[in-house]
Amino acid sequence: MIDDFLLRAGLAGLGVALLTAPLGCFVVWQRLAMFGNSIAHCGLLGVALGILLSIDLTVGVVLVSLALAALLIGMQGQKLLPDDTLLGILAHAALAAGLLGATLVGGARLDLMGYLFGDILAVSNSDLWWLLFGVAAIGGVMAWLWRPLLAISVHEEMAAAEGVNVGFVRAAFMLLVAVTVALSIKLVGILLITSLLIIPAAAARPFVSTPEQMALGAAAISTAGVLAGLGVSLQLDTPAGPSIVLVLTALFVATVPFLLRKNAR
Amino acid sequence: MISPAVIPFPQSETDQAILKASPGEALVAGEALSLSLGGRRVLDNVNIAVHAGEIVTLIGPNGAGKTTLARLLLGLVKPGSGRVIRAPGLRTGYVPQRFPIDPSIPINVRRFLTLSVRVSPSAIRSVLQEVGALHLIDRPISVLSGGEFQRVCLARALIGMPRLLMLDEPAQAVDYAGELQLYELIGDIRTRRGCGILLISHDLHVVLGASDRVICINGHVCCEGVPETVANHPEYARLFGRDAGKAVGVYRHRHDHEHDLSGAVKCGDECGHSHD
Repeated sequence: MIDDFLLRAGLAGLGVALLTAPLGCFVVWQRLAMFGNSIAHCGLLGVALGILLSIDLTVGVVLVSLALAALLIGMQGQKLLPDDTLLGILAHAALAAGLLGATLVGGARLDLMGYLFGDILAVSNSDLWWLLFGVAAIGGVMAWLWRPLLAISVHEEMAAAEGVNVGFVRAAFMLLVAVTVALSIKLVGILLITSLLIIPAAAARPFVSTPEQMALGAAAISTAGVLAGLGVSLQLDTPAGPSIVLVLTALFVATVPFLLRKNAR
Repeated sequence: MISPAVIPFPQSETDQAILKASPGEALVAGEALSLSLGGRRVLDNVNIAVHAGEIVTLIGPNGAGKTTLARLLLGLVKPGSGRVIRAPGLRTGYVPQRFPIDPSIPINVRRFLTLSVRVSPSAIRSVLQEVGALHLIDRPISVLSGGEFQRVCLARALIGMPRLLMLDEPAQAVDYAGELQLYELIGDIRTRRGCGILLISHDLHVVLGASDRVICINGHVCCEGVPETVANHPEYARLFGRDAGKAVGVYRHRHDHEHDLSGAVKCGDECGHSHD
């Protein structure tokens, strides 16, 4: 297998960028950043579960993410509280429970910082296989759902009147986000993963005129940012997640003048 | 025309009278529809039907349940009680109330039209031509004016060849001249395509002139009939003010047929007053 941890980190970064960027466009269009955050914050709970059940930790994270996504899908359309309030409660409760749970079951051998902020050294061959599987499976489902997803992003009820099964498409999308976030946590960390969904999409916006161009542009920007961020992380011996996010933020800031010019026209 | 297996109309004399004024096939009907939202009774025992080839206008004050009724008929929400009957295989086109398109979605008019249907480029051009918006075909959606966007939305509703069109406040954000043109266009579409059209409006005179049948609702059906009847109805005057009826008839598009006024009137039982 791949022995060079640099190569493993690079490949993982590429996989994460390709997974998160196109999905992130829909997160931006549908204003679901808070949802992504909530899913990410339950990641530690998945780690704790994985340790407890002695299963692959990635499997634990995926399972808990899917469970939370299912819960949120079930609560769609509730009118008792604003959505972001409810998501905020869930996100922080999940994070707190995860921190406690991971500390209790993991004890001293758990690298908490690694999970919170990402750890490229921890990327294993099995993580790479997971990512490869994720890129193939999620890419396939995305291609299949692309048109209805786009239709409901523009206007849900018009799409519904035209025969799009909005409930199914939305639920499928939320599950895709859950799996994507779960698979990407290892590299970037629980606290920062949402930025990989939204920053590349936001940075690509001024340069594109179709949804597909935006997905490709976001993937390109994300790939550049993730690889450059990993480079910075290795050079300066800084945590991977924050390094990647800062590089991506710098790229985004560089695009702001273009965004302003586009809006002024 | 009307298949009894699908729509159990006509049932009463008033139903008969309404159907006489609108002889096409019933496309969608709501029977005794009631719905409460957040503890408030939004709709109470509403009966409504839209037939092929007719323009039915729903009028009523804000919060009268007009949009909710349209959403019920489209199947977007389920009624608390009562039922919605749709003609088998009915295709609908829907233009919701004016809504913003998130500028973060890069999408032009051509793409907007084909979000949920696959049609040929020539079909896209011809439907845009029909609504007078062909010049906008490559324009990003986010830069369209209110009137342009309404026409583009109308084109999107038409592109799937619907037999039933639901237009919620189509003249919102359109100036007066544009409003006349828009209703003229809607009338032309009905004539050309023979589809049934349910219009929702709270503005009165222009829309009344363009309709075959008007249903005035305020939670319940207050009165319904041909435009002149509704405009002279006491319940209408109570809802919209004494002088509201006087403005009707300022604009009467394609007034090419006569109605039996008394025959087409129906007053909801809840109105609590009698007619003479």
